[in-house]
Parts: sequence; structure tokens; C-alpha cells
Amino acid sequence: MNISSLAARRTKADIAEICARLGNDPHRMLDILLAVQDANRWISPEAMDAIAGAVGLTRIAVEGVASFYSFLSLAPKGRITIRLCDDIVDRFAGLAAVVAAFEAELGVTLGKTSADGAFSLEVTPCIGMCDQAPAAMINDVVATRLTPARATEIARKLKAGVPPGEALVAGFAALTPYQRAKAMVDDNIRLAGPVVLGPAPKDAGLRAAVVLAPAEIIRQVEISGLRGCGGAGYLSQRKWHFASLAPGEKRFIFCNADEGEPGTFKDRVILTERADLVFEGMTIASKAVNAREGVMYLRGEYAYLKEHLEEVLAARRARGVLGRDILGQPGYDFDIRIQMGAGAYICGEEGAMISSCEGLPGEPKTRPPFPVTRGYLGYPTVVNNVETFAHAARILDLGAQWFHDIGTEHSHGTKLFSISGDCARPGIYELPYGTPLRELLALAGASDAAAVQVGGPSGAMVGRDSFDRRLSFEDLATGGAVIVFNAHRNVLEIVDYYMSFFVHESCGYCTPCRVGNVFLKKAIEKFRKGQANDDDIQYLKDLSDTIIETSRCGLGTTSPNPVLTSLKNFPLVYAALTRPTVDGVKATFSIQAALDGARDIAKRRSYIFDKDYSK
Amino acid sequence: MTETLVDQRKARVATVSLAGCFGCHMAILDIDERLITLMGLVDFDRSPLTDIKTFTQRCDIGIIEGGCCNEENVHTLLEFRKNCDVLIALGQCAIMGGLPAMRNAIMHSGEPLRECLEEAYISGPYLRNTTRLIPNDPVLPLMLDKVYPCNEIVDIDYQIPGCAPSGDVIFNTLAGLLTGKFAGFDRATLRFD
Ligand SMILES: Cc1cc2nc3c(=O)[nH]c(=O)nc-3n(C[C@H](O)[C@H](O)[C@H](O)COP(=O)(O)O)c2cc1C
Ligand code: SF4
Ligand code: SF4
Ligand code: FES
Repeated sequence: MNISSLAARRTKADIAEICARLGNDPHRMLDILLAVQDANRWISPEAMDAIAGAVGLTRIAVEGVASFYSFLSLAPKGRITIRLCDDIVDRFAGLAAVVAAFEAELGVTLGKTSADGAFSLEVTPCIGMCDQAPAAMINDVVATRLTPARATEIARKLKAGVPPGEALVAGFAALTPYQRAKAMVDDNIRLAGPVVLGPAPKDAGLRAAVVLAPAEIIRQVEISGLRGCGGAGYLSQRKWHFASLAPGEKRFIFCNADEGEPGTFKDRVILTERADLVFEGMTIASKAVNAREGVMYLRGEYAYLKEHLEEVLAARRARGVLGRDILGQPGYDFDIRIQMGAGAYICGEEGAMISSCEGLPGEPKTRPPFPVTRGYLGYPTVVNNVETFAHAARILDLGAQWFHDIGTEHSHGTKLFSISGDCARPGIYELPYGTPLRELLALAGASDAAAVQVGGPSGAMVGRDSFDRRLSFEDLATGGAVIVFNAHRNVLEIVDYYMSFFVHESCGYCTPCRVGNVFLKKAIEKFRKGQANDDDIQYLKDLSDTIIETSRCGLGTTSPNPVLTSLKNFPLVYAALTRPTVDGVKATFSIQAALDGARDIAKRRSYIFDKDYSK
Repeated sequence: MTETLVDQRKARVATVSLAGCFGCHMAILDIDERLITLMGLVDFDRSPLTDIKTFTQRCDIGIIEGGCCNEENVHTLLEFRKNCDVLIALGQCAIMGGLPAMRNAIMHSGEPLRECLEEAYISGPYLRNTTRLIPNDPVLPLMLDKVYPCNEIVDIDYQIPGCAPSGDVIFNTLAGLLTGKFAGFDRATLRFD
């Protein structure tokens, strides 16, 4: 027997072991693939065959999942993969020089894997470290506030064989998971409000809930007026209510910790500092809807928080506030597992998240039915954001009416805003709903703000004339992201970047989203190159309308927002870049530029156009 | 520019095929015996149908088949814009670039035009090009970096969609424009599936 077939056998045995550990369950496909990726640094064709055999699926079904996620790879990756955030915030914070430093020290160009298989250097969209950009993931750990010098130093250590964690933080191995997270990433809590970031007595909300009937818990959430913090702002009470009524032998509580919207990093901080509150909120929800199982879907970029979260869960079980007979109540059983994501923004959409947990490619589902009636594996499922659960736990403790009294008529309580970009004090601010944008900008020291992206790329880009608008669902809605750009930034460069983000993250199911966003991006490039006509403005609007009208999920229905909101709030930027038509001929077409390549290939000048040109 | 061309005299029409397959011109002939009605309304100036190669006088309508793939197409299109009151893009090639614009899809190349020519004349698997050269006679017009739909180069007043548009659509549109009765396309006539 030759060596390569021996190696293949071993791989096969390893994979069989991984699959068996996960019960040969096709629903756990993402975990299987993540484990194989981790062990082998790629998902080889042989590995896919072996997985298909073990879980009883076809090879193509396995490949469909493996090829969907950016953190899974169908070609060998370096033993150490460095993924730099290439968001516009990081670009403005000096990303290019950091990339160059890594390239020079590691001898590998961006997008490539070194010949010896040691390093891969890549870019990835926002990793939730916007307040300390430029940032990068190095395998499962996170490097923040990168400078060329720091990049060089880290690269040197990695080359010398220092493990990634140790390369970032001396004495890494000896630290607790919580200490490690804190050593790598700053919380940057600039303003703690009274609800989530204020002092929270342990388990107080759960203790209050445990003596209430399920309907009474839901009633409290209703009185509070709590709305979802993941972006859409749906009334949490309704979700819980519908799920509690939906027929089903089982019910599930899902916590959305995918936090993929560029510019959003408040869940990162809640998971670091208030993980107990989140799990407490999930446990309260489980009582309200009679669910026994919970899943927290944690984005792959936050893998560095996983051990910390597992510790918090273990401590809760030990304390009797999670697991069987919670707080001594016979039959009050609820437990939570953490499902890792693998680098797909779309998996933050609740249907896609459920698909992902079911072992499928992370594609949204057709709605209705909504998850509250038919969710995970067809069972009623409540999906709420990290922050929503934290608020719910505090509401049960502090009182629904107290919470209701904070905020505005239709937006109650506080909200965590994550602010980044051109400001002196980026970080987390917990403020009541209804706070004027201007006030938040002042707190963050954004004195030179000219354009602010509220709600991330899927939100709105607003200008100075909107700074008195209020952060609330009635006015300027946001899942938390507030990204500041000063007057020196190029609005269309920002819009262009956000369109490339949506092009990259579209799941590809709907043609208008998959193709339309590419066309929108191209049209923006035309403006940037000074090749746009007046009619191109109408084209942007028409195409945007088509994408919004014909897309299946929230990604497609919001992806034209960078274009539409910048058109609305910065019309002069566009107008200044359009060129008129003279005598029916478009000034934007340049025959000379169009002929450059052909002159070069033919090695001659234009018979028609160069005679005049050379005069 | 006039919306309607109702006039005592017959309207003058010029036509040309740029980067098209001549299918749209064949489709003009598909109007069959209505050609006689059309001839009652128009005189043809420069056109492959008359074999007149240059404009003899200013025209009311210019009908363009095909987009622009080379410098001569651009030159001709500019001539048409200069010499015609109303320009009509006939067929998908003129409107969107059509089949020739498939070469615009060579995107991940530093030199897409060179890649296109090399595949067409040198490296394509079904080729028998004994000279192994890319044709480069000085009389051949230089190619553009990509194929442009007509409206990226000049203003186009009307578009008649289809590949090729049916004889009915062509006749009804032209007759409608010439008699001032054109009221847009009926949705059913624009279905191609
Ligand atoms: C493309 C897309 C991405 C999303 N990403 C997230 C996310 O990262 N985190 C989140 O909580 N909600 C996200 N959502 C919203 C979820 O679909 C869902 O509405 C939310 O998790 C519900 O929780 P909530 O009611 O507590 O806000 C996303 C939606 C879309 C369309
Ligand atoms: S709108 Fe876009 S992301 Fe959503 S399902 Fe359709 S293709 Fe996928
Ligand atoms: S539109 Fe169709 S028929 Fe007309 S020139 Fe193009 S390919 Fe030929
Ligand atoms: S981490 Fe780079 S923008 Fe969020």
C-alpha cells in the first residue's frame, strides 16, 4: 500500500470519527464541516465523499454546504489564515499599509496561500471590531488596532512558530477565556445606560419570571413595549405570543448572535460583559413559549468568545439556572447550545440562520410561514437578537412599566449604539430611544461629521441636515450601527464599497439581488469615473426599485439603500459627476479611451479617428 | 425633435447594420406586402436596402441595427446622429449590445480584448487558422475595448425591442410613428417566451 492511500485512509477514519461525534446527523453538517476544515485546513473532495457516506447524503449536497460559507474552503488553506477586515472604515484607518506589512513579512500576496502551506492572507467584511480598526482575525483570535509595525511584529512571531493567541497577548495560554477576550479586544463602553449595561443583579429577572404563568411573562413583555434590536424592530411580545400558540411537539428559542451588519459591534460587548443576561433572557423566553431547547448562533468572527460563553453556560448549569428543573421548578427544563457560523452575513437573516442550523446552505426561506409557526426543523421557533434577550431579562427584574416609560411613543427603553469611523471616542453608548443623532455624535466626539451611515449599509446615509433627527423606529431606525464619515471622505467611494459588500454577501437565490446589485455597483463606478449621464440617475432609481420589489429577503430589499439614501441626501455629489449630452452625443463616451487597447494590439493608429486627433 | 412625422412629403429614412447579424434588416423585409404601404409613406436614403452608402440629404428617421464593436461603427453612428432627426434602435444588439456584447463578460482579465482575439483566432479549440495570426490589415477598423449599446454613445429616441423584432412590431411602430399614432407597445407583443 502506498503512502498517499494510507494518508487517505487516515483522513477517512478521522472524518468518520468527527461525523460520529456529531451523531452522523446531517443537520449538524456545518459543525462537521467546520471540524474538518479545522483539522485539514480544507474540505477535500475525498473528505466530502467520506462525510456524505457517514451522514447518508449525496456528495453534491455536502458540497452545496461546503461551498456556501466563506470560512470553509475547497482548496487547501494555510495553517494560519489571516483575515483582514476590508470594510471602508478599515480602509480609511490605514488598512492598505497593514496589508503591505503582512505581505512583506510573510512573503505572501493578499488572496493567496504561501507555497509551504503556512499562511493564507485574505480579506473579509466587517468582523465587528470597527471601534478598533484596522482589525483582523488570525485563525480564531482577533488582532485589533493594527499598524504596519504591529503587523510586522505579529507576522514575525507567527513565522517563528508562536501560536496566534500568544503572538497577540503574552501569557495567553494562562489566561481565562474571559481574560483572553478582554486582552485582545477592548469593550469601549463609553456610556452605560440603566438597562443592559447598568449593574444587573444575577438571575433577578429569571427569579421574577419563574413564579409567573407563561401568559403573564408575555404580558410583561407586551407592557414594556420591547421591540427587537436586530434591526427590524418587531414587537417581541408578538413573536413570543404567536410561538406560544403555534401547535408543535417542540419549540425552540434562537438567539441571533450573527451580528453581521457592518458597523455593528454592540452584541460583541454584550456577549463579553453581559452574557448571563442574554442566556437569562432566553431562559425566560423558554418558559413563556414552553421551549426546552435553545440555540445561540454565534458568528464565526466571534469564535474567540466561544469558550467564554461556554464557561458562562456551564456556570449557569452549575447554579441551577439552566438545564433540568431550573430554580428547583420540576419540569422547567431548558438548555442552550452554541452553533458557530462560518462567515456569511446572510445567516443573520432568521430564515437563513435556521437553514444553516439545519445543515443546509444558509439561504433564507420563503415567508410565510414565519419561524414562530414553522421554524427550526419545522417547529415553532422564536428568533431574537442578543440585545433583545438582555432587555427582556432586565424588564422582568426592573418592571415592564419602568422600561415602557423610557424612550418615545413607539420605541421604548434604551438601545445600544455602536459608533465608529471618524470620531474621537468610538465605542458603545447605551441611550434612550429618541436621542437626537446630534447628541450621540457630540458624545462620541464626531465634531467633523459630514455623512453618517445610520443602521449600517442596509440603513441610511444621512447628512448634516438630518443630525437633529431622532434615533428611534419612528424616525432614524438602526440595529445599532452608526458610522461617521468626515468631510474629507468620498461619499461615492463609501457607496461603492457597500455595494461590493452586498454583491459579495447575496446568497444568489434571486436574480434581481444576485445580478442587480452588480449592475448597481457598476453604475456607481461609472459616476466615480465621471462617465455618467443625467439618465444614469434615473437608472439607479429604477434598478433599485426593481431589486427591492422582486427580492425574497431583507438583504435584497435593503441592498439598494446606500445608493438611494445617498442620492436623496447628497444629490449634489451625483449631479457634480454627471456629464451632459452635446448635440445628441454623450460626453461620457471617449473614443480615444475605447481604442487604446486595440491600438496596442494592432500596433497602429486609428484610420478614422487619429487623423483628426493628431492635428 | 418631432414626436410625429405627419407631413405632406414622404419621410426620408436611412438604415444601417452596425455590430448586428443583419437579422433585424431581414425582419424589416418580414413586413411582407405591407412594404408597399410603407413605401407609400417613406423614401429610403442611405441603407443596405438601397445600397446607397452615404447620406444624400438630411433624413427624418435613422434606423440602427446592432451596437458598436469597432471604430467604424462609432463613426457611422455619429454620422447618423448628425444627419437624422430621430434615431431608432432596432433589436437587442442596438439596444443592449446583444450577442456581440458577450465579449464584455471577459472580466477577470487585464486585457479582455486581447484574450477575446486570441481565443477567436489562435487558441480556440475548433480553429484552423494556418497563419496563426490575428488579422490586422490596415483596412480593418480597430475594435473598441468592449461592445457599446448605441445609447451609450448617442441619444436614441426610440427602441424597438426583439431579436429580431417581428415584422408586425416593426411595421406597426414605424407606421404609428409616421402617422402620429404611436402609443407605446402592447405588452403581449413584447413577450419572447
Ligand atoms: C440580511 C440580513 C441580515 C441580518 N442580520 C442580523 C444580525 O446579524 N443580527 C440580528 O440580530 N438580526 C439580523 N437580521 C434580522 C433577523 O432576520 C431577525 O429579524 C432578528 O434576528 C430578529 O430578532 P429581533 O426581533 O430581536 O430583532 C438580519 C436580517 C437580514 C435580512
Ligand atoms: S434577496 Fe438576495 S440574499 Fe435574499 S434570498 Fe434573494 S438572493 Fe438571497
Ligand atoms: S437583435 Fe438579433 S436579429 Fe437583430 S442584429 Fe442582433 S442578433 Fe441579429
Ligand atoms: S471590523 Fe472593520 S469595519 Fe467593522
